[in-house]
Amino acid sequence: MTPTYYLLLSALLFSIGTIGVLVRRNAIVVFMCIELMLNAVNLTLVTFARVNGQLDGQVMAFFVMVVAAAEVVVGLAIIMSIFRTRRSASVDDSNLLKY
Amino acid sequence: MQEQFLAQAQQQVNAPDIAYGAIAPVLIVLGFACLSVLVEAFVAKERRWGLQIGVAAAAIVLAGASLAAFISSNDAAGGPTGKTGVTTLAGAVSVDKPALFLWGTLLALGVLALLLIADRTVGGDMQTEVFPLFLFALGGMMVFCAANNLLTMFIALEVLSLPLYLMCGLARKRRLISQEAAVKYFLLGAFASAFFLYGLALLYGYAGSVKLADIATAAVGTDRSDTLLFGGLGLLVVGLLFKGSVGPFHTWTPDVYQGAPTSVTAFMAACTKVAAFGGILRVLTVAFQSTQWEWRGVLWGVAIASMAIGAIFGLTQTDVKRMIAYSSVAHAGFLLVGAIAMNTDGLSSTLFYLLAYGFTTIASFGVISLVRSGSGEATDLSQWAGLAKRSPLLAGVFTFLLLALAGIPLTSGFIGKFVVFSAALRDGMAPLVVIALVFSAVAAFFYLRVVVLMYFSEPAEDGPTVSVPGAFTTVAITLGTFVTLLLGVLPGFVLNWASSGGFLS
Repeated sequence: MTPTYYLLLSALLFSIGTIGVLVRRNAIVVFMCIELMLNAVNLTLVTFARVNGQLDGQVMAFFVMVVAAAEVVVGLAIIMSIFRTRRSASVDDSNLLKY
Repeated sequence: MQEQFLAQAQQQVNAPDIAYGAIAPVLIVLGFACLSVLVEAFVAKERRWGLQIGVAAAAIVLAGASLAAFISSNDAAGGPTGKTGVTTLAGAVSVDKPALFLWGTLLALGVLALLLIADRTVGGDMQTEVFPLFLFALGGMMVFCAANNLLTMFIALEVLSLPLYLMCGLARKRRLISQEAAVKYFLLGAFASAFFLYGLALLYGYAGSVKLADIATAAVGTDRSDTLLFGGLGLLVVGLLFKGSVGPFHTWTPDVYQGAPTSVTAFMAACTKVAAFGGILRVLTVAFQSTQWEWRGVLWGVAIASMAIGAIFGLTQTDVKRMIAYSSVAHAGFLLVGAIAMNTDGLSSTLFYLLAYGFTTIASFGVISLVRSGSGEATDLSQWAGLAKRSPLLAGVFTFLLLALAGIPLTSGFIGKFVVFSAALRDGMAPLVVIALVFSAVAAFFYLRVVVLMYFSEPAEDGPTVSVPGAFTTVAITLGTFVTLLLGVLPGFVLNWASSGGFLS
């Protein structure tokens, strides 16, 4: 097994997620890109667990999943509440606070 | 490979020893947070507010008592100099001298923030959900300061952040900007914690473990991949610097400080800074001391950028909450100067600075919450013109707090800057100290601008009124101001406590 391919794939996924956060306009899509970044990290962790022959990395991946789930709860609640008052989930419309 | 996994899994798993006495403060705060959720669910609405205040206050008082009990037993066990502390939960949490100091700081600042949040006489625009969220955030911050491996640190980071995102959006009046602050804080915060996590994964690949001590061991003279080490370190530090609102990672700070309810801003500004810098100090000192010559130059740059951004953008602000936000960015730069002075003075001076800055900041947000016009808080600086003629006392207190933020002698801000800069000098960072002094002078200008505005301008016709503060707010502002003065005159006791010992891993 060559870990390099898995690490490159996870780095690629992480980069796609990062670029998505920076260029997308819809808060939900931005949020999905953040989730993609977290899952890319999971892939890295599992790969390194395999390389090191330990279970630690796999256990950490579970922790990350739990945290990601908690983040979804909080994040969607916040995005929903702003959507209700504004009728829009675009991050460009939230422009009362600047400079 | 598969057999190896199975063999490892089948080994006898021993339950780790838990030093309950040491972690009792955290357990109490988080336990009362759960209790507070139950109160929220089962108690009738009209009785909830008072009960929630009681639960939160009891949590902080009991946690403080158990902290004091542990400190005295710890000191008694180790002879005159005191034991260094304990690591517990299989090395995941390290309750050492800096952690104890930071816990004490967080609980003390928590009391002040709770007083501001609990006062409904002037603001009163929040739901009771704020109390359980407050306790969870406080518990997360306490774990964050004491986390001895990166995974614990990450979980603590989320436990402290997620409630804060929600607390930002809780304002009932000014709902739009409050929610906007929550969305911005959430998206950027989650983005930054993803970076932290990727850094964690790379360091795991580097060292085969996420314990700070193991990373330190691995970093000393091995032929492992430097790419993993420095890639991981860089990403990890970006996540930490974001939380501390340092330098180029500060973009959320002004928006969130302005949009969040003022009492929440006070809590966030003071306590998050303490927790984040506690984490930064521990990570840099315990795990990366041996590689400091590689990364220190970068953090020099970050510290300079942070001071420059805070001082220069602070000059152009027209909103008093945004101005304090940029001042906090500048202060984060000064704190980073102390944090990268990798000696014992650097540690103790940064701890002292955090305590001093926290009290001053909470008191100044308390003052800001009192100046109101018809539509809510009057945070626009033009409305503050001539405030000294309307309310000399309030203007006097705010002037004192601003002077403390600027670092004028006889205030805690001066002593804080003095100890941090002298620690940095002793570590041979003279150019950085000179730059820091220049930027403190620039920053002093915008604090003094507000003082001049309050004392030497004619008050506007339809200017804001100064509300009569409720008992809670009065106590919070008085305590904050008193500590600011006390630490400026008699800093010895706190400085001694801050320098009583280093990190234990």
